[in-house]
Amino acid sequence: MKLKDLTSPFYVWQRAFEKPYTQSKPTLNREGAHAYRGFHINDIEKCVGCGTCEEICMNNAIDMVEIAAKDSKKGDSGLVPRFDYGRCCWCALCVDICTTGSLRMSNEYTWAADDPDSFRFTPGVDETSWQDSEHGYRRHPEYDLLKLVRPEMEMLSPDEGLKSFDEVVAGYTHEQAVVEADRCIECEICVATCPANMDIPGYIRAVREENFEEGLRLLYDTNPFSATCGRICTHRCEDDCTISTFGKPLAIRWLKRYIVDQVPAERFAEILNDEITENGHHVSIVGAGPGGMSAAYYLRKKGYGVTVYEAGASGGGMLRYGVPSYRLPDDQLDKDIDYIVSLGVEVKYNTKIGHDIEFQQLMDKSDAIFIATGMDQPSSMRIKGEDHPRVLSGLTVLNDVASHKDPGVGKNVAVIGGGNVAMDAARVCRRLGADVTVLYRRRIVDMPADKDEIKEALEENCNFVLQAIPVLIEDAESSDQVTIQWGEAEMIAEDGKRPRPVLQEDRMHTDTYDSIISAIGQSGDFSFLPQEISDQLKQHWGKFEVDQRQRTAVGKIFIGGDIANDVADAISAIADGKNAAIGIDAFVSS
Amino acid sequence: MFDLKRYSEAELESGKFTKLWHGPQHPGITGNMSLELTLSGDDVVECKTHVGYLHRGFEKLMERRTYIQNFPVVCRIAVPEPTFNEYMYAAAVEELAGIEVPERAEWLRCLNLEMMRLASFLMWLGGACGSFGMSTVYQWTVTHRDYMLDLFEEMTGARIYHMYISPGGVRAPLPDGFSERALSVMNGIEKLLYEIERVALNNHIFKMRSQDLGIIDPEMVDPYGIVGPNARACGFKRDVRKDAPYLVYDQLDFEVITADKSDAYTRTLVRYQEMHQCISLIRQMLEQMPTKGSFHADLPNVLHWKIPAGQTYVKSECTRGEYGYFLVSDGSEYLRRVTIRGPSYTHAIAVMEKLVVGVNIADVAGLMVSLHTYPPEIER
Repeated sequence: MKLKDLTSPFYVWQRAFEKPYTQSKPTLNREGAHAYRGFHINDIEKCVGCGTCEEICMNNAIDMVEIAAKDSKKGDSGLVPRFDYGRCCWCALCVDICTTGSLRMSNEYTWAADDPDSFRFTPGVDETSWQDSEHGYRRHPEYDLLKLVRPEMEMLSPDEGLKSFDEVVAGYTHEQAVVEADRCIECEICVATCPANMDIPGYIRAVREENFEEGLRLLYDTNPFSATCGRICTHRCEDDCTISTFGKPLAIRWLKRYIVDQVPAERFAEILNDEITENGHHVSIVGAGPGGMSAAYYLRKKGYGVTVYEAGASGGGMLRYGVPSYRLPDDQLDKDIDYIVSLGVEVKYNTKIGHDIEFQQLMDKSDAIFIATGMDQPSSMRIKGEDHPRVLSGLTVLNDVASHKDPGVGKNVAVIGGGNVAMDAARVCRRLGADVTVLYRRRIVDMPADKDEIKEALEENCNFVLQAIPVLIEDAESSDQVTIQWGEAEMIAEDGKRPRPVLQEDRMHTDTYDSIISAIGQSGDFSFLPQEISDQLKQHWGKFEVDQRQRTAVGKIFIGGDIANDVADAISAIADGKNAAIGIDAFVSS
Repeated sequence: MFDLKRYSEAELESGKFTKLWHGPQHPGITGNMSLELTLSGDDVVECKTHVGYLHRGFEKLMERRTYIQNFPVVCRIAVPEPTFNEYMYAAAVEELAGIEVPERAEWLRCLNLEMMRLASFLMWLGGACGSFGMSTVYQWTVTHRDYMLDLFEEMTGARIYHMYISPGGVRAPLPDGFSERALSVMNGIEKLLYEIERVALNNHIFKMRSQDLGIIDPEMVDPYGIVGPNARACGFKRDVRKDAPYLVYDQLDFEVITADKSDAYTRTLVRYQEMHQCISLIRQMLEQMPTKGSFHADLPNVLHWKIPAGQTYVKSECTRGEYGYFLVSDGSEYLRRVTIRGPSYTHAIAVMEKLVVGVNIADVAGLMVSLHTYPPEIER
């Protein structure tokens, strides 16, 4: 035993002269660390209610609940997360995976309350003392659980694309499709946005699991034009994809296309296994476009005898005559239509109602009629000289090209308009070898055309002249040419309304072109309707008024497609067709 | 009638023996477990370790959660040192999924582990002194452990269950100015350790009570599966950090600390020196660590992350010795099976039951603590 061993313990006494370690009010005097995982904060304005936090929570501490304070807006489920602090373990996976970055945490330590139920709370809605806290855990910018990068789609270069009418988009490879499908978080926000309410997460899962047969079945549940929509759909689902807050939205359209491309047309019947039991009723459909054929498909599946009357020589309507083949090859459209026809749908081509058969005959022999004739009449520019022979309509040009006729646009073309028809007409003219100038009265951001179309048109060297209002069209020196007078416009916003282009009369220009293509909109032609029926059908801004199931004021008449909905795109027409089928079924069986 | 004979070799009906439950509610026990002691006078004749007070079924819970959801679960398997579980789980998943972890993440992980080792040892050292009646030291060490927890709070966002090491890397880099604060805490702890050396390790009473208590015979080490400081104290130069280096241990300068006689006192000394070693490793890492670069690998979408079928065993050196995770995946989104092998299993049951025979009842707690066991690790 050493003496030191006996004396050294008394060193403890030295501590009597030191300051104590403890603090009297540690939680008051000491703030939590900057990134402490304290209580949740949710920015309700940012939160879209995607429910990914609920999905990833390993304790099931999160429930998505409806709240009164939140208006249901586009791309928003209207739900917000409610936390149960009896279950939460503050792992913050919910914060890490939050698609909008609305969810974070404060660095608050303590929360005392006498009501145990108050610990089940909805951050951002229930009042908390830490709602405005600046500190606390939030996802580090370099750490991301979401997959934000979309595989690059292989496309023809603009130069190559201009050489032919071949499809520009190559479609995903197998690896790309699986990687892309893996990015989906299955929040289902897109399902509500899709006019046809397609089961998007479902078929994306099918791609991920490489079960294309199941994918095809899911597609046909809501959309019999999947090959088509996989190429040219306006994909509003992608606009609302929650991944797009921080990254590129899921390529939902290309994944749909990938499924259809994987299944050969001859296997459709075997996979979809649409068994038809005739129910003895008959429905007539006017127009073999996407709306009419979609209604035909779902009615036929319910056992109705269906006859479709089509004025043109083949089906597809605007999809065939309005969409150039570099975006939608004919064989892909045929794949969709052929399958619908194969179920026993009778299509009478080259049959115009009011010309080859009277509308009343249809009324007499059918239990219900679905009208989806579409809008094939070009709108007028309402300027002097627009009936000049060198002024063509965009639809006519597209129609000619689709029918393999030369529209004769010349070498120097002006296209007037900013919609999809204008973009298509411009790009078609580029492929015919013409220099193209696009005149549009507003800005690029105001263009109703798809962003992809605008981008590709620009890449293909279409010359955009924006804020240009045509004023007058007159003869040029040469009879093969035409002169247009147009003025520059200023965008002027009045009282917070959408800015309006106002012509600046001191800045006028005159240009000469080989032809001018007018593509400023279309309207429908309803002259085939007998006067007494047409009087009963209500119209509003050129569209027929219908209920949710496309039913009109006239008992057995249902209307859908571009002539009934405001959006006027393919997927809305397809959705109308399906809705009409449900409506007609309910009407006939009642 | 309950047959005592079946459970004990002592003549319990003779009236010469006393049965005593040491735990589960006893301050000298290292957690929710108990020792069923048979005493003759003050001396232990027989001991049975009872567990089951803390069973939360972690291994089964993990089969019902996706790969990402498991990393907040595993830290709860050992309360005083969650980080080792986080690292083991992450390492096993990365091995099964074939994920390469960025270098910076490895440094951050290693720093986190060594800080955890130090914090855990601080708690243990207080317990070791407290169980021999010197609870003042316990107050000191727990204070300084709290300073470590402050560092964890800054670095990881939480004090106890850090949930910092996730499959793929770590969740955040070091905050600004962390190194300075960490070094200042290290200096404080180093000073504290010298004080403890004076008042506890050089304390004659401490020496009298702990020397020759619970001697582990070197021949016991292999048959009983004794690992960590318990084995190193009797001369076995075994340390996973050296024998099978993981993370960045091969780039750090340290020696395996050994002694020649594994009794309660030497085991305390070995751990005491390992605490100094921890401080040295932390200082080395703070100096050498890269400050730029990615700290998290690119994972597949964690919401439906499937890992190809396979199995793996990963091990690391935790505070108590070799710690292992055995993971089996079956190609689905869920683990097929996970088994956790912690050193406490042998240390608290087989080794404890053997060493405690003949020990005075007053020293049972001290012996138990000197083996450094955690019940939650026994019943995962």
